Amino acid sequence: MNGIHDMGGMDGFGPVAREEGEPVFHHRWEGRVYALTRAVKRWGFGRGWPGFRFVLESIPPADYLRMSYYERWLHMMVSRLAGSGLVSDRELETGRADPDAPEPELLPPDAGSLGFGLLNVEVPARFRPNDRVRARNLHAFGHTRQPRYVRGRVGTVVEDYGVYALQDSDGAGAQPCDRPQHVYSVRFEGRELWGERAAARDAVYVDLWEEYLEAV
Amino acid sequence: MKDDGHDRGHGHDHHGHAHADHHAHAGHDAHGHAHAGHDHADPHAAHDHHPHDHQHVPADIALRVKALESVLVEKGMVDPAELDDIVDTFENRIGPRNGARVVARAWVDPEYRGRLLADGSAAIGELGYLGGQGEHMKVVANTAKVHNVIVCTLCSCYPWPTLGLPPSWYKSAAYRARTVIEPREVLREFGLDVPEEVEVRVWDSTAEIRYLVLPERPAGTEGLTEGELAELVTRDAMIGVARVAAPETAGAGP
Repeated sequence: MNGIHDMGGMDGFGPVAREEGEPVFHHRWEGRVYALTRAVKRWGFGRGWPGFRFVLESIPPADYLRMSYYERWLHMMVSRLAGSGLVSDRELETGRADPDAPEPELLPPDAGSLGFGLLNVEVPARFRPNDRVRARNLHAFGHTRQPRYVRGRVGTVVEDYGVYALQDSDGAGAQPCDRPQHVYSVRFEGRELWGERAAARDAVYVDLWEEYLEAV
Repeated sequence: MKDDGHDRGHGHDHHGHAHADHHAHAGHDAHGHAHAGHDHADPHAAHDHHPHDHQHVPADIALRVKALESVLVEKGMVDPAELDDIVDTFENRIGPRNGARVVARAWVDPEYRGRLLADGSAAIGELGYLGGQGEHMKVVANTAKVHNVIVCTLCSCYPWPTLGLPPSWYKSAAYRARTVIEPREVLREFGLDVPEEVEVRVWDSTAEIRYLVLPERPAGTEGLTEGELAELVTRDAMIGVARVAAPETAGAGP
């Protein structure tokens, strides 16, 4: 989706603010949100949870910018848990489990999903290193890993990273991960992306699934 | 623990107004139901506007997280010991020291360096630093002609097993937005002036591959051991926003 999360190339955010000696978590709750997000993952199996990134990217732009990183994660986790009936509003308000709620049950993982990692499967590669490719002008409603700033731009394949399932979701967040294809490192010259604003010799390398690309 | 961190003192009472439902429009589940309002309706959730990009944190967020954890523990869905372990792992056990050891090994062992650049995952795996968000690693080497820098414009992808969890600035809108379009300006803010004749390569971590920069070994470190070299390597150098400085005793760095 063409959301606020797709920030590459935007102006107006000011300098990069740094903090010396920054702790891993600034507050105890941040660490708990991080840990809870990982620990509850198995409860999403078989429940059709919308994709992790899809939920984050669906946060309206003004809210997204206002919320801290782990606050967005909290929102994402609560949306998924509550959306699949594993916790109720009342439980979240009181901090107590509802004694009348059915006991939650772990379900088997979704069949057919290839997950997110490198796949040991033979899929023909449409492109090779040094091929010129254009990023297709796609504007998906769901989650996509094709950043806006490359769309319509021409680059050069520098490496074939092997086969991965496409991570895109549909417009409701369903992320089947069932389309294995090659992922390529594509080099875009800075001037191709940003015109005169880029230094002549600089470049941006973007990892793109094969179906995001077309031959030039 | 860290509750007296950076955003206390900015005050949660600058604005009298409370936003009762700031997430009301966010998120629809696979069945089309909006379900983002569950953490809403809190009259204490006053917004806290910061001058920079430290986003607001509602005053009661710690309570909301505590309530959520209590419910999940009571339902038997999570084990508090597992949560403690995850937090401890990232606060104390996994961090940039891992990546620094990879870098130091590559500096002292040309064969390892060759393997690291050819197949980052396998070479990092030799040292035991693979894992979640670092299963598939690509290591890019800085040279006299090329300077590499890593970003994730779409979210904040980062090689957790070698660098730990990312610093706030890496996750900030400014860094994500600007690094691809004006890397030299961003690097200058970090105190790194890349000469015009050096090519800047920005790596946007858009897929499942995670990146690590192999910084240049500073001059004057010939006599140092691998362990001493690892001490010199900083997180920022492995993201590509800094160089590794020579130790003071070895004279002025590059």
